[in-house]
Amino acid sequence: MRDSRRRRALLNQIRALEFMAVELNLYLNSHPTDRRALRDYNAYTQQLMVLRNEYQSQYGPLTNFGTAQSGYPWAWINDPWPWEID
Amino acid sequence: MWIYEKKLQYPVRIKNPNPRMASYILSQFGGPDGELAASLRYLSQRYHMPISEAKAMLTDIGTEELAHLEIVGTMVYQLMGGASIEEIKEAGAGVYFSNHDRAVYPSTGTGVPFTAAYIMSKGDYIADLHEDLAAEQKARATYEHLIKLADDPDVIEPLRFLRAREIVHYQRFGEILEKLYEYKNSKKYF
Repeated sequence: MRDSRRRRALLNQIRALEFMAVELNLYLNSHPTDRRALRDYNAYTQQLMVLRNEYQSQYGPLTNFGTAQSGYPWAWINDPWPWEID
Repeated sequence: MWIYEKKLQYPVRIKNPNPRMASYILSQFGGPDGELAASLRYLSQRYHMPISEAKAMLTDIGTEELAHLEIVGTMVYQLMGGASIEEIKEAGAGVYFSNHDRAVYPSTGTGVPFTAAYIMSKGDYIADLHEDLAAEQKARATYEHLIKLADDPDVIEPLRFLRAREIVHYQRFGEILEKLYEYKNSKKYF
């Protein structure tokens, strides 16, 4: 299951960046003029877009519509789902 | 609208089933200080917020709580998943099993179903934010109780993550409450 390990490693990188992004998102809601936080938010978001594209091109879409095209057959329904251990 | 992302906010990989721990943790799925209550509370209250910071914060934290609901549901699912009938009986989870087998149902571990009576949307932004601050503290306390009850690192790690998020949310809601007081004091009275 080398592929599963690689998939999970990439997913963890995405999680780490999303964690920074959501932290800054909430912080910026109450500090909308903090330029340093805003700069960090934009930098993490840019990295996140790159990694999300990489993940979706290799392992299928992360959202049910609108963020990644699908090969044949429709890839959204593929296992594993988040609650399943792969 | 909402868009679902096919991943957990924090990874959950529990190797050893433990129906007793599952029934303890289920409270954070459908119990009084659980993630469903938190999410519905914030997503209901946001409509009547007078300032944009508060609308954003309730929307975003209410959304993050749904991600936490999924983490908690996953923990219950994995803890119940491989458990034998004997283990379920020994763990005192037989009453739950009789109604739900190993399924994840929004209730407490003793089977009290979820109710909107756990939450309030008062139409008074000061009262609502005070409720939200209390809710985050109650959820933090519940996660600390659960961490004391747990002995498996696979279970403890996600619980620690969830506990830490309650503290961040509490901080952010505190900042919003301050802004709401400023707004209230700046209003003309006539």
